[in-house]
Amino acid sequence: MTETPLLSVTSLHKTFGGRASLARLLQGKPARRLTALDDVSLTLGRNEVLGIVGESGSGKSTIARCITRLEKPDQGEITFAGEDVWQARGAKLRGIRKDLQMIYQDPYGALNPRMSIGRAIAEPALVHGLIGRDGARALACELLDRVGLPRSVAELTPRALSGGQRQRVAIARALALKPRVIIADEAVSALDASVQAQILNLFGELMRDLSLSMIFISHQLSVIAHLADRVAVMYLGRIVETGATADVFARPRHPYTAALLKAHPHLEARRSQTPALAGEIPSAYAIPEGCRFNTRCRYAETRCRLSDPPAAAFAQGHEAWCHVLPDLENSANS
Amino acid sequence: MRPSPPGIEKDAWLRLTRRARLDRGWATISLYAGIAIVAFIAALSAAAPFLGLRDPTATDLMNALQPPSLAFPFGTDDLGRDIFARVVYAGRVDLVFGIVVTYVSLVIGLSIGAISGYFGGLVDTVIMRIVDLVISFPFIILILTIAAIVGPGLTGAYIGVIAVSWALYARLTRGEMLAIRRREFILNAETLGYSAPRVVFVHALPNLLRANLVFSMSDIVLNILTLAALSYLGLGVAPPTPEWGEMIAQGQKNLFNAWWISTLPGLVIVLVGIGFSLIGDGLADRLDESGR
Amino acid sequence: MQTASSPTPLLAARDLSVGLVNRHGAFLATNRVSLAVDRGQSLGLLGESGCGKSITLRALLGLVPHPGEIVGGSVTWKGRDWRSLSKSEIRRIRGKDIAMIFQDPASCLNPVFTIGDQVTETLRLKLALKAKAARELARDLLDQVGIPAPEERLRLYPHQLSGGMRQRVMIAMAIATEPDLLLADEPTTALDVTIQDQILTLLARLKERNRMAMILVSHDVGVVAQNCDFIAVMYAGHIVEWGPTHDVLRTPRHPYTRGLLAAIPRLEVSGGRHPLQTIAGAPPTPGELPEGCPFRLRCPSARPECATIPVTLDRKPPDHGSACPIVM
Repeated sequence: MTETPLLSVTSLHKTFGGRASLARLLQGKPARRLTALDDVSLTLGRNEVLGIVGESGSGKSTIARCITRLEKPDQGEITFAGEDVWQARGAKLRGIRKDLQMIYQDPYGALNPRMSIGRAIAEPALVHGLIGRDGARALACELLDRVGLPRSVAELTPRALSGGQRQRVAIARALALKPRVIIADEAVSALDASVQAQILNLFGELMRDLSLSMIFISHQLSVIAHLADRVAVMYLGRIVETGATADVFARPRHPYTAALLKAHPHLEARRSQTPALAGEIPSAYAIPEGCRFNTRCRYAETRCRLSDPPAAAFAQGHEAWCHVLPDLENSANS
Repeated sequence: MRPSPPGIEKDAWLRLTRRARLDRGWATISLYAGIAIVAFIAALSAAAPFLGLRDPTATDLMNALQPPSLAFPFGTDDLGRDIFARVVYAGRVDLVFGIVVTYVSLVIGLSIGAISGYFGGLVDTVIMRIVDLVISFPFIILILTIAAIVGPGLTGAYIGVIAVSWALYARLTRGEMLAIRRREFILNAETLGYSAPRVVFVHALPNLLRANLVFSMSDIVLNILTLAALSYLGLGVAPPTPEWGEMIAQGQKNLFNAWWISTLPGLVIVLVGIGFSLIGDGLADRLDESGR
Repeated sequence: MQTASSPTPLLAARDLSVGLVNRHGAFLATNRVSLAVDRGQSLGLLGESGCGKSITLRALLGLVPHPGEIVGGSVTWKGRDWRSLSKSEIRRIRGKDIAMIFQDPASCLNPVFTIGDQVTETLRLKLALKAKAARELARDLLDQVGIPAPEERLRLYPHQLSGGMRQRVMIAMAIATEPDLLLADEPTTALDVTIQDQILTLLARLKERNRMAMILVSHDVGVVAQNCDFIAVMYAGHIVEWGPTHDVLRTPRHPYTRGLLAAIPRLEVSGGRHPLQTIAGAPPTPGELPEGCPFRLRCPSARPECATIPVTLDRKPPDHGSACPIVM
């Protein structure tokens, strides 16, 4: 990444206030706060797919919500094409909103049930003044072609469509503004396997034809492996490992990444006798001291409980945040 | 009827298809039966002056307290007024009152509830406390106060009932709004930077209508009954204007020797109630968007 | 699967058809489904949403929600037809010999009672234990399913536990009577990957230890592949392929199974976002199936005669059978 990245997130922090319970108030304790993001930095290059993978509580969706201005970060900076996303006003803000488009998980919730497909697709462009009333129909048809749906769908309401078709409509709607970045939050997770493949292929085509960039958030490692050029693995509000997807998945450096890969239900291998990772994901209200993975890590040492691990850099931008950096290739089968 | 597929027990399949037809048919039957009942009564009331009915306010002491007969289908009251004519004319007051009051309340409550649920925070807290206050305030005292200001009569009833019943719609809409606010199409509209009024009124409101419309069907009847109760207390429609509640009140003193004076208008109210709730049932099914 | 060693399987369904009702009318949710499991075996029912896999599981217990009903075929438990059993026998089998766990453990636990109350209540009802003995067994069961500090957990309410822990509680309740058969309906779909891995390892261990049979319903090929001895692939209410897991995955025979396996992205990085092989179209809506083979409208090998062929497996279990006479 020598050129300036298209989108960069620097030291992002975000906590959510828990409701102050009466008992805590009487004891004089502050309301508990949930740590969603704790010092997260990442970059997205032009025409690149960045995958973000992690389990619940990792904060991966909060990143997307901060970038698309749905949640205001407590600290940190998000810049898109040189503009600070949260400082921008007026025309610049409108430009950012146009350029950053989001696609969500639930194809049933993503579309207004009382709005026709054609109108749903063209509306963003109408509101942003990219087209006039008379251009709406043509735009909807063009985008329906683009996402592989028949034009006749424009007259229908979402109710008449299957989950996969609805997700195509959501993609068409996102494309209506000719965005430069698409942020997809679990965009294929709710789809059946045979339909998921179709949508993944559609994303692949869009990346090829439209010179888009994409942040693809998913809990499915195989989907990330298929789509992402680079990957960031998150655990409890932090990135624990990042690098080129092929590199990270073939030679994980962080014990958590290795465990995720092992826990993934492979088609070929039969289940091993012991689980890949013991213990529960700690609560985001009470993040462990030191390395936040230490409570579940089989390699944890004393220093892991005391201090945050520094970044260890490997070839080609591959980084892992671990004190121990155990030899995972030999221990993976143990 | 689809034939039973191969390898399937014929009786069981027949039973199942019959059950399916009944399930499906009921919503449609309910909707149209409800519309038919309400439309019939409404049409009769609307056309009342052209039906050649007796004057509903004309007294005829010669024919006082006549039981139902061919000449007087619903009988006559103690002043000899034709009850059928009075019932039909009363529909003009009662149906209009029920519908106007309900939908004015709905529009007010829908807007206020949507704003409250969408913006949340202080706006929400203030609006919901007002709603609580309105709902818990003794209704009759409110009406008496309004009657004292504008004088007893239909105007007071209109103002009083609207002043109270919007609150129910506000509460209902706010709850629906809280749920729909988390839906992704609303998030999407927000990320696109749409203005708040656009998000609330163009994107959210159409999806809040269903619950409100279904509720409004039973509310129309409740509001008609409220008017009846007010008239009964002398706060609604002033005699001799025919009104269903007022007629029931008038008949009370002759309940044992002339049952028809109170009972037949009462039955008409029941019929209207059934009509609207059938429409409500049918609508609930029709407007169900969860067709996954 | 009627293996040579046991002529009567533990549980068997023959030509089981379940009819359900939706807003468009009556339809067959499962269509002449035949399957069987034996002690110590695990069978995976694999299929996409709406293929009838969950309703099949319920029908095996005779629990088809009204207004649906079983409209054909039979289910036998240890060789005896469900219909020949008395109500009390059925109740005993459901309570004791067959246990079931579901996708969402949160909705199976009552939020206003503690874990201890609910587990001990189950034990007292099912095993007729006294309060103290039930409490002790509850602690022991929680320990067996890998819940740390079981004594303290018994005092907690369901919302104070994580999803994985709640599923462990459900499993503890399910194995309390040492059932012969465990029915699991997407038991890990709501869980994180590492927790899913823990729960599946636990189920595999319990199955080995108790020689329990298991039917696992899942949409995830990987989950079924790793945990089941046999796979039944369901499509639109039919079992279209059946066989030992290894064979089905290595040499899939039905075009649907082949398409499904090819459509799944693999972890072994392929790079470059090369297109995945896909199955055209979408799974059919229940009740709107074509005549003949239900897959023929999406099938790359479809021929005109597919509209008239019956959907039956060409080889009897335990052999690897396919319901497609065209693709060999």
